[in-house]
Amino acid sequence: MTPLLSVHDITKRYGAHIGCADVSFDLYPGEVMGIVGESGSGKSTLLNCMAGHLRPDAGSVVFDTRGHGPRDTVTMSEPERRMLSRTDWAFVHQHARDGLRMGVSAGGNVGERLMAVGARHYGEIRSKAVDWLDRVEIDAGRVDDRPTTFSGGMQQRLQIARNLVTGPRLVFMDEPTGGLDVSVQARLLDLLRGLVRDMGLSAIIVTHDLAVVRLLADRLMVMKDGHVVENGLTDQVLDDPQHAYTQLLVSSVLQV
Amino acid sequence: MIDLSNVSKTFTLHNQGSAVIEVLNDVSLTVSSGECVALTGASGAGKSTLMRMIYGNYRAQSGAIRVGGVDLVQSEPREIIQIRREVLGYVSQFLRVVPRVPTLDVVAEPLRAVGVGSDEARTRAKELLAQLNIPERLWSLSPTTFSGGEQQRVNIARGFAHPYPAMLLDEPTASLDAANREVVLSLIEEAKARGAAIIGIFHDEAARTRVCDREIDVSRFTPGMSSSSEAIGQYNESAA
Amino acid sequence: MTPSSEYNFAYLDEQTKRMIRRAILKGLAIPGYQVPFASREMPMPYGWGTGGVQVSAAVLTPDDRFKVIDQGADDTTNAVSIRTFFERTAGVATTTATPEATVIQTRHRIPEVPLTEGQILVYQVPIPEPLRFLEPRESETRKMHSLEEYGLMHVKLYEDISRHGHIATSYAYPVKVEARYVMDPSPIPKFDNPKLGDCPAIQLFGAGREQRIYALPPYTKVVSLDFEDHPFEATKADHPCGLCGANDSYLDEVIVDDAGGRMFVCSDTDYCEGRQSDGHRGKDAA
Repeated sequence: MTPLLSVHDITKRYGAHIGCADVSFDLYPGEVMGIVGESGSGKSTLLNCMAGHLRPDAGSVVFDTRGHGPRDTVTMSEPERRMLSRTDWAFVHQHARDGLRMGVSAGGNVGERLMAVGARHYGEIRSKAVDWLDRVEIDAGRVDDRPTTFSGGMQQRLQIARNLVTGPRLVFMDEPTGGLDVSVQARLLDLLRGLVRDMGLSAIIVTHDLAVVRLLADRLMVMKDGHVVENGLTDQVLDDPQHAYTQLLVSSVLQV
Repeated sequence: MIDLSNVSKTFTLHNQGSAVIEVLNDVSLTVSSGECVALTGASGAGKSTLMRMIYGNYRAQSGAIRVGGVDLVQSEPREIIQIRREVLGYVSQFLRVVPRVPTLDVVAEPLRAVGVGSDEARTRAKELLAQLNIPERLWSLSPTTFSGGEQQRVNIARGFAHPYPAMLLDEPTASLDAANREVVLSLIEEAKARGAAIIGIFHDEAARTRVCDREIDVSRFTPGMSSSSEAIGQYNESAA
Repeated sequence: MTPSSEYNFAYLDEQTKRMIRRAILKGLAIPGYQVPFASREMPMPYGWGTGGVQVSAAVLTPDDRFKVIDQGADDTTNAVSIRTFFERTAGVATTTATPEATVIQTRHRIPEVPLTEGQILVYQVPIPEPLRFLEPRESETRKMHSLEEYGLMHVKLYEDISRHGHIATSYAYPVKVEARYVMDPSPIPKFDNPKLGDCPAIQLFGAGREQRIYALPPYTKVVSLDFEDHPFEATKADHPCGLCGANDSYLDEVIVDDAGGRMFVCSDTDYCEGRQSDGHRGKDAA
C-alpha cells in the first residue's frame, strides 16, 4: 500500500531556534494520527510545514495525489499546492474565525470550496450546503445566517462542513476542540469520529489534550523541543509510555 | 490462533530514578481456535499486564505475540488496529466511550468499523442489549451515567457484537447478578462453539470451571513475584 | 478660454504622462489586469475622478475633442469642472455629442450611442479590486488573480441570491475578461455591462487613490459572471423615458414634487436631447 502522506526529515528553524527537526513518518489512507506535546514543542510548526503554510528548511512532504501519484508538495508549484489545499486537503483551525468568512452566510461558507473548483449552479451548491449543515448537525434553517450569530461549537462544526464538502482525503486539524466547553467538545469529537470513519478520511490532529487523541487518533507522535521522542499506537503510548518525557506528560494529566 | 513465544516485559520508570521493574519473563503459550484458557495467579502476578500485551496495549521488550499469524510486537500501529478491528476482541473491566453517544451506537460501533451497515449493526446491538437485560428506555442514552453493572453489560454487548476469531476477557462476570452472569457465560460458550480462541481472567471459580478448557498460572512467568508490578498496573490504569 | 502657459499641456508633466502611458500600454497588453502606477496629487479631492483625469491627461493630444459625463450627464458639477480643467490646461476642443468626441471621460455610465473605432472611453474607478469585498488582504487578492482563483467572486453572487432571491448586485457587476482576469467595470449599472465586450473603442480605467490602471483593448471578450440557474440580466427600470420616449436607454428616477410624483428620464443627457431634437416626445415632455 502507498502511504497517503510520506514525511521525510522535515526541519524548520527560526534563526538559531529549532521549530522542528528531522521529523519523518508515513501516514496511510484512513489513518488518524495525533501529535501531542507542550506549547513550543514544534507540533504546530510541523503541521504548518505539512499543510504548505510554512516552507520547511529541509525535507520533503510527499502526498499521493489523485492524478499524478506521489508528489513532493514542498517543491511543487504554488498553484498546484493551493489547488490541493482546496480539493484533497482540508485544514481545521483552532479558532473558527481563522477558517471561516465571518461576513458570509453559512451556506456561502460551505459553498465557497465548491465554487472554487468550478461549481456554477446555485441550486446545487445550496442543496449541497444544506446537506452538509445537516451532517454537522446545524439546522438547515440557519443556512442564510452569518457565523457571527453562531455559538463557538456551531462555528467549529461549520468550519468542518466547509472543509469536508469537496471530499478531501487528508484533514489537518490544529487544536480542533480548543476553546470549547467540555460538553461541546464531546459532541464535536463524536462528529469527527463518525465523519472520519464514514468518509475514510486520513487526519493529522495537533493537540495538547490527551483525551482528544485517545478518542480520535489511531496513533500518536509525542514531540518535545522540536523532536519526536515517541511514536506508536495511541493507547500503547498513553498506557505504556517508554520515553521519560511521555511518562511525565501522561502522569501530569489531572484525573476527574 | 493466539501464540506467544519467549515474551518478556519490563517497566522503566524514568521519572522515579529510572527504576526497572521486571514483570513477566519468557512467556510462551498457545491458544487454539475453539479453546478457552484462563489466566490464573495471585493478584499482581501480571495477568492483566499479559492480557494488555496480547492486545498490543503494552509493549513487549522481547519475544513474539502472534494473533492470527501476525506478530503484534513487530507490527505497525495500523496493522495492530486492523487486527483489533477484525480479529481480536477485548472486553476490559472498564467502559470507555465518547460522552453523549447513545448506548445503541456504542454497541453497534465495532460492527460499523468492519463495514456493516448502520441498520444491520443496530439490529444486532438491540439483540445483545435485550439479551443482557438493559432496559430499552436506556438504549438512546449515553452509558456514562449508568450504574457499574449496567456499564459492564454494555461493555460485554459491545465486545460480543462482532464475531471476533480471538477474544480477551478481563473479569467478564464480575459485578453481575446470576441471570446476567448466565447470559455472559452462554455468550462465551457460543463464541467457543463458532471457533473463537479465548483468553480470560475469571475470579469467579465456577464460571472458570464451566467455560475454560485449561488454566495457565501466570506467576510462573513472574520474576521474584514482587508487588511493585501491581503498582505499575494502577498507575497505568488510572491514565486509561 | 485660452490655455494657461503656466501649465504643461494637460496639466501633468511629460515624465508623469510617460509613466502613465506605460501603465496604460501594459494594461492594454494584459486586458483586465490591474497595473500599479504612481498616482499624482491632482487639484481635486480623491473620489472626484483623480484616476480618470490622470488617464485622460496622458492620452489627450491637441487635436482631440473631449467629452465628460457624470452618471450620463454632461451638465453636472463634476463633469463641468473636469471639462473646464482640460479646456484650461490643454486647450482641447470639447463637446457633449458622443459621436463627435475622441476622448470621453465617464463616471458610472457608458454612453447609449455605440462607440466607434478611434474613440477612447476613460472610466473613473473608486475601488478597482473586485475581490476586495470579501478578501481584505491585497497580498492575497493579487495571488488569487495570478492563480486565477476566482471562486470567491461567485460567493459574493451566491450571497446576493441567498439574501434577495436573485443577483441583486446592480452596479459594479463583476466581469471576466478574455476568460482570464476578473475585473470590476467601475460602478456602471449592470445594464451597461453588455457594452463592455466587443467594443470598437479603447476602454481605460483609472483609480487615483488606489493607484491602479487597467484596460480593455477594442473588441475584447467580456463576460458578466453568473450562475447557470441565475443567468446575468442587464436590467433597467421598466418604463420609457418621460422626455424622449426612448425604450432602450438607462433611466434615472426623478422625484418631481412632495407628493411622491416621479418621472423616469434618460441618464444619458446627450442621447435624450438628440432624440428630442429629432422630434421624439415622452409623456412627461413639456
